[in-house]
Amino acid sequence: MHIKQEAAERHTLAVIVDNQPGILARIAGLFTARGYNIESLTVSEITEDKAVSRLTIVTSASPPVMEQIIAQLERLVPVHKVTDLTVQGAHVERELALVKVAGTGDHRIEALRLAEVYRARVVDATTASFVFEVTGGREKIDSFVELMAEVGLVEVARTGIVAIGRGAARTFHASADGGSTGRGRRPCRNTQGDQRNACVLRP
Amino acid sequence: MAGPETATHGAEMGGAEILVQALIDLGVEVVFGYPGGAVLPIYDALFRHNAEAGEGAPRIRHILVRHEQAATHAAEGYARSTGRPGVVLVTSGPGATNAVTGITDALLDSIPMVVITGQVPTGLIGTDAFQEADTVGITRHCSKHNYLVKDPARLAEVVHEAFHIATSGRPGPVVIDVPKDVQVATARYALPGPISHPTYRPQIEPDPALIEQVVDMLAAAERPVFYTGGGIINAGPAASAALRELVALTGAPVTSTLMGLGALPASSPHWLGMLGMHGTYEANHAMNRADLVIAVGARFDDRVTGRLDAFSPHSRKVHVDIDRSSINKTVRIDLAVVADAGRALEAMVEIWNRRGHPRPDLSDWDAQIEGWRAKRCLDFPEDSETEIMPQRAIRALHAATRDRQPIITTEVGQHQMWAAQHIGFEEPNKWLTSGGLGTMGYGLPAAIGAQLGDPDALVIDVAGEASIQMNIQELATATQYRLPVKIFILNNEYMGMVRQWQELTYQSRYAESYSDSLPDFVALAEAYGWKGIRIETLGELDDGIRAMIDHPGPVMVDCRVSKLANCLPMIPSGAAHTDMILWANEVSGEMDDEARALV
Repeated sequence: MHIKQEAAERHTLAVIVDNQPGILARIAGLFTARGYNIESLTVSEITEDKAVSRLTIVTSASPPVMEQIIAQLERLVPVHKVTDLTVQGAHVERELALVKVAGTGDHRIEALRLAEVYRARVVDATTASFVFEVTGGREKIDSFVELMAEVGLVEVARTGIVAIGRGAARTFHASADGGSTGRGRRPCRNTQGDQRNACVLRP
Repeated sequence: MAGPETATHGAEMGGAEILVQALIDLGVEVVFGYPGGAVLPIYDALFRHNAEAGEGAPRIRHILVRHEQAATHAAEGYARSTGRPGVVLVTSGPGATNAVTGITDALLDSIPMVVITGQVPTGLIGTDAFQEADTVGITRHCSKHNYLVKDPARLAEVVHEAFHIATSGRPGPVVIDVPKDVQVATARYALPGPISHPTYRPQIEPDPALIEQVVDMLAAAERPVFYTGGGIINAGPAASAALRELVALTGAPVTSTLMGLGALPASSPHWLGMLGMHGTYEANHAMNRADLVIAVGARFDDRVTGRLDAFSPHSRKVHVDIDRSSINKTVRIDLAVVADAGRALEAMVEIWNRRGHPRPDLSDWDAQIEGWRAKRCLDFPEDSETEIMPQRAIRALHAATRDRQPIITTEVGQHQMWAAQHIGFEEPNKWLTSGGLGTMGYGLPAAIGAQLGDPDALVIDVAGEASIQMNIQELATATQYRLPVKIFILNNEYMGMVRQWQELTYQSRYAESYSDSLPDFVALAEAYGWKGIRIETLGELDDGIRAMIDHPGPVMVDCRVSKLANCLPMIPSGAAHTDMILWANEVSGEMDDEARALV
């Protein structure tokens, strides 16, 4: 007997959460417990009072599973909103990598030349090594790292993807957490007006 | 003692006192628990509260179980039968880990429950201290939500929020882990105002436009079926009342999941019986032939659907559920209504009435259903004059007790399915069973919890001889609190459902499914101060049941039944609703790997 696998599509999600202890474990654990993939997950506080964090999750799943992933994330108590940036439309994805290269002579010169092409910055240098900082989409960084392998790559540290929608629209409004995906929660009977949102977003 | 306003609210109190006061303010009357080092301050606060409470002032009754798992199931039984949240209090480490099965059970069956666990002092967290376990880590994915409270000033707010989360939306278990130093440190207690949570806002009210569409579909359907579930029970008695009204208006037949039994009376002419793996022939065939399925508070569980690509292939499907993640989880839905089941049903009734729809003519559909009913799929062979068939025993139990509208709890296995098939439930909240998790050992503690919720009710745990041993220690709890619960064991000396699957799938190789070295249940009952009754022959059945009911205290009945009876009808794993095994064509055999891999 063979275990069947379904065809998967790659999606990038923006997840706005209350920044409470254990939230990362809650989200990462949801993915493992339900057998969903995580290609990349980044998280950082996004409000002045550090009350709210934004996660960018890159996952791959078949369309029905993707719908489940979003619904399951939205079900978690500390989750404000989940936006599927891939479905929503145009968005920008960026990743930052620190790439350490060691070598002398021609390798050194070639590494610098390639770095220039990729708009990588030198953030540390010794007579025998460089650390480059490079940002871009996943493919750009993959290809930069691949090239560096030929000129003395030592190690790589990558942040994982962060992403944001193009244009003026905001992903998350502190005062009207309704859900532009059409799947957001709506107020229940015993909540009142705007008081429920303590967090304030910087423009 | 001064009035509660001045003595408690706004005053500086220890964390344990805050916790107890918050429970009082939330109207908690019963707590199921087991003490230990990390909850001693809470137990002391509880003791002092009850000792000092003035005449008529609210007290909290603590029920001392014999194992923390039983505390959780007792709380579930209490919650499921009363509609109020069950509350559990256990210590750190093993106290918390023993509670995990019941917490998971409550999650799967959507039971409102708040579990308070002690924790080692904050300074010792992470040091592998004595009786330390990462309770919030362990329960993170088996609870609806959980908290580790490190600041006594947050305690009251957390407890109130926990009850709000446990009881609203899709109900579930919420865990509050309280380190011992937080129980001792002081803070001001202020009664929190109405809960207005920044992110948790379940959608209660249905979108009226969607309900209009549902009513359109219902009015136009030629072969409609309501497929109802535990969500209707959770939504309260008004939801069951609305279902009954809607069924009377539309004439549509109703089938239900295991968890939803009782929402529609079993005596209703529209009742098809339970659907799914051990559902009735008429329910499963109606699902298969329906042109409209309206699922309300049910979740298309694998036990219900059977083979997914053959599930109700000709129908349009409406799904009413309070949990959006239930929609399209396994079965594609044509129209989804995210709302409280009761509110949605009430809205359908209202719109149906406002439009003045006449009752649709479903006579062709009804005739077809009558044809399926004529199979009499729940009949069973009786080929001995003395041996008791388990189905016969359940029917006799039902016949002898139905007038008292008993609360029935079960363990897990064949006896559970026989009880579901052969007991006709007329009202909601009378049927307490572990559906989603399938936890053996659920029934006895759940019966104890239900009896505490309704001291005058007749509460019967229908059990198997294997399951009952999983929480047998709770006999002592019933004795201590003088709870007249009844246990009715269908003793066939097998883990019968395991044996049945081995018969169907593994050519009757009965690996470890025989219940060897059984105790003398009558002597065991007596050792715990219970009455014990043994029923061995058909002739003793009715008298034995009568004696059980008539005895004012707790009774354990050891009813010896046919050893190799199978629970039928049955849809084997991976089969369609139309591929049912009825008793007449029962076969023993072997299954292919694909079928064997299914649960």
